[in-house]
Amino acid sequence: MYDGWKIIIGLIIFVGIATFPFLYDVGKASIPPPDPKIDTPEIQKMAVKKCVESKSFMKAEHMVMINDWRDAVVREGNRLYTSTTDGQQYTMSLQNTCMKCHSNKTKFCDECHNYVGVKPYCWDCHIAPKEEKT
Amino acid sequence: MSINRREFLKVAGASTLLGVGGMSVSALLKENLLEASQVMTDPGSLVAKRWGMVVDVSKFKTEEDYKRVTDACHRIHNVPTIGNPKEEVKWIWKETYEHAFPGQEDEFLSPEIKHMPFTVLCNHCANPPCVRVCPTKATFKRKSDGIVMMDMHRCIGCRFCMAGCPYGARSFNYRDPRPSINEENVLPYDSDFVKGEGQQILIKKGNLSFPTRMRGVVEKCTFCYERLAIGLKPACVEASQGALIFGDLEDPDSEVRKILNERYSFRRKPELGTQPSVYYILG
Repeated sequence: MYDGWKIIIGLIIFVGIATFPFLYDVGKASIPPPDPKIDTPEIQKMAVKKCVESKSFMKAEHMVMINDWRDAVVREGNRLYTSTTDGQQYTMSLQNTCMKCHSNKTKFCDECHNYVGVKPYCWDCHIAPKEEKT
Repeated sequence: MSINRREFLKVAGASTLLGVGGMSVSALLKENLLEASQVMTDPGSLVAKRWGMVVDVSKFKTEEDYKRVTDACHRIHNVPTIGNPKEEVKWIWKETYEHAFPGQEDEFLSPEIKHMPFTVLCNHCANPPCVRVCPTKATFKRKSDGIVMMDMHRCIGCRFCMAGCPYGARSFNYRDPRPSINEENVLPYDSDFVKGEGQQILIKKGNLSFPTRMRGVVEKCTFCYERLAIGLKPACVEASQGALIFGDLEDPDSEVRKILNERYSFRRKPELGTQPSVYYILG
């Protein structure tokens, strides 16, 4: 093999760079998984703690649902939403319905959004409820 | 196994088609999350074929009369107060005669009319030029009641609509409006609050049930669609003490139509063919 040592050194450097992110993390405490809180006063008051849809549905689909709500309200002028779980009606409003219960944006929304690194632009315009600083 | 160019292209083409087709099928399946039967309008909402307004100019007598109307609107919709007139944001405001009705400054017009300020707002035209020029359909005319709406989620801030609107009814947010929301405009149910992500506070006072706008979008009067939806008349109409009359232009028995039947009325720049829904009467 011509210039074998050059190739081998090159390979070692390559492997070193390629595995650096993994090696760098070894032994460090991993980032704790998100733990969104629902302990707001409004939710504590509820006899049965339920959202507009089931928890699993909201977890998986809330972003699609909020987009659909937005289109229904802004573009079609339909404001009432009938829940598929119990037929109860809700006003479709991020600021006035979602955040009324989930008044803890930093502990509820941001908890997961920061973890997965998404930055929804909701709060550029919509006003988040006031939170006590901890 | 060897493959010639012809076969390679066939396979590549077929797999591209499958991939694109598969994506659109999955997009279709995803779309109907919200069933049509699940959403409805509020039964308590005010409805009309085409909302319109009559401005009774004679009822605006003092400075206070104009201010009351503008303040009611601007405070309910978190409209910022920016000192610089070049960056000003306004939904309903006071305009001089020659600006509101250019081309009608007749030589010997009574000085009373000539110097009288007029309250002007978005005309919610039947044939709105702003809607025609909007490249993203961020501004659109509601089929149900003729309101020219803004969908802030879609606005890209190109300002074509501002160029298109012959009435100057649209304002651009040249800067983040939050710090400029007027602190004097205190609503009974408002309070200080925090903008998220640990960032301290941009708005001190404002209507917490209505969004603000962000930098780089165009805004204007929306005939208070959010109030109509819960059965309330527009904020300016409520604050005007009878100087602004609101109703259905397509309903011959409505209050606005009755007034228009009885009095001489005029509109801003009718020669442009935009068919404004805001009429002016001199009393």
